[in-house]
Amino acid sequence: MIPQERGEMRGASGSESSGIAVRTGALSSAWAFLTKTAVIAELEVRKLRHDPTEVLTRAVQPALWLLIFGEVFTRARAIPTGGIRYLDFMAPGILAQSVLFIAIFYGIAIIWERDLGIVHKFLASPTPRPAIVLGKAVSAGIRGLMQAVVIYLLALLVHVKLNWNPFALLGVALTVILGAALFSTLSLIIACIVKTRERFMGIGQVITMPLFFASNAIYPIAMMPDWLKVVSRANPLTYEVDALRSLMLQHGVGVYGCWFDFAVLIVSVVILVSIGAKLYPRVVN
Amino acid sequence: MEILRTESLTRRFSAFTAVDGVTFTMIKGEVFGLLGPNGAGKSTTLKMLTTLLPPTSGNAYIQDFDLIHHAGDVRRLIGYVPQALSADGALTGYENLLIFAKLYDLPRKERETRIQRSLAFMGLEEAAGKLVRDYSGGMIRRLEIAQSVLHHPPVLFLDEPTVGLDPLARNAVWDNLEQLQEEYDTTILLTTHHMEEADYLCDRIAIMHHAKLVAIGAPDKLKASLDKQDATLDDVFIHYTGDQMDENELGGNFRDTTRARRNARRIG
Repeated sequence: MIPQERGEMRGASGSESSGIAVRTGALSSAWAFLTKTAVIAELEVRKLRHDPTEVLTRAVQPALWLLIFGEVFTRARAIPTGGIRYLDFMAPGILAQSVLFIAIFYGIAIIWERDLGIVHKFLASPTPRPAIVLGKAVSAGIRGLMQAVVIYLLALLVHVKLNWNPFALLGVALTVILGAALFSTLSLIIACIVKTRERFMGIGQVITMPLFFASNAIYPIAMMPDWLKVVSRANPLTYEVDALRSLMLQHGVGVYGCWFDFAVLIVSVVILVSIGAKLYPRVVN
Repeated sequence: MEILRTESLTRRFSAFTAVDGVTFTMIKGEVFGLLGPNGAGKSTTLKMLTTLLPPTSGNAYIQDFDLIHHAGDVRRLIGYVPQALSADGALTGYENLLIFAKLYDLPRKERETRIQRSLAFMGLEEAAGKLVRDYSGGMIRRLEIAQSVLHHPPVLFLDEPTVGLDPLARNAVWDNLEQLQEEYDTTILLTTHHMEEADYLCDRIAIMHHAKLVAIGAPDKLKASLDKQDATLDDVFIHYTGDQMDENELGGNFRDTTRARRNARRIG
């Protein structure tokens, strides 16, 4: 946190007269952080409620992948999937991919909000910067969850053997939220650096496909050339897909283990949110 | 009583000095206008005072808190209406207020009363449930002012509050600002290009030119100080900024211009 923000969560004497409850201490700072994060996420959910068409249009791409690409490659039997049908193997990959595609263009909204002055208002309010960034990340997670519902429906349609254990479902929800949070925050960071819509669109296109193809989303890492294996193992999408592959299917075929996958995702989110919180205020300069 | 004080407030961007040693004070309850050509440093000054941009040197104090060490405290004392129409079009007017009531920690019990009172104050009760994207430019501006004063800030900053509004909508905004100042004794700092607005609303004005403060005082006193009969604020402005604009000041940069035009389109 930059030095000027040391007083971020303390109350000002001047605000007492206006009846604003101001708490002090570390515990209340943590409370303020969590509640403000929730408010920012609430804002996005309210927007989504007013215009849910987005959920339907976002369903088209994963439908194409599963119903066309998946069906064809299942017949080809060209990809070693660890004993499960190819469609079952790729369904978690397509969920991760569609969450990635939603999240990676989150930054464009940041630039739009900067142009409108919405960012200015958030930054001039007593909302901790990391709470703004994490709130946005959580809201990407909520959009991701809606995408997960769509993909579960599509998966049922193509007879993917899904795991309906409540804990597994909870694990899938958590993975989706972490994945969306991770890539939306990466997107926010890019937006804060490039600052214009045109540059952002260029970079967004350039990184999305490599992230997708250099991962285990639609083929196992084992069949990749050595150099690509290295890239894939450094790609957080791989761990998101791996966790989903363990949790989403009746015969989960994760490679690294759920806990390891979660650890990678959580650590990545924490690092990216910290960087995002530093960069976000600069977007208005 | 002094409520805001700047001390040699300066902001540089690499070799370019956007604000150069600006020093002034504001008295509680006054309406203070910051005037100047585009690129003179008004918006950068406002960004520093609203804690969006740290000063390169110098400092400013609002009540007992300074920008550099107590930015968080300063944020609780101020309201801010940016130049662009910044209410969220995808939410209703009520929701826009609700989100900010929560961000400013208004106690749950008091939230509803304050929101309803400010909707009534701004004449937006009937439109409260409508999406803001269906509001007129004047309504959006009034909603934004309502949003920025929900927490009853002692100081309110407005960046060109009536830019792009038709005369009717502009008068409504002026009325609201006057009422706000009378009812809550809110100290208001606004930037404007409209001399008429500055003349009508402001108790004192300051003129910026080439990043520096070149004149400060009550509009009438500044007019009287010119060696011209029936001098207007336009004359004062031209006297201090010159009628020849240089390239830096000619209409702002590309981003400012696109933003202003987009704003104008939104207003219709």
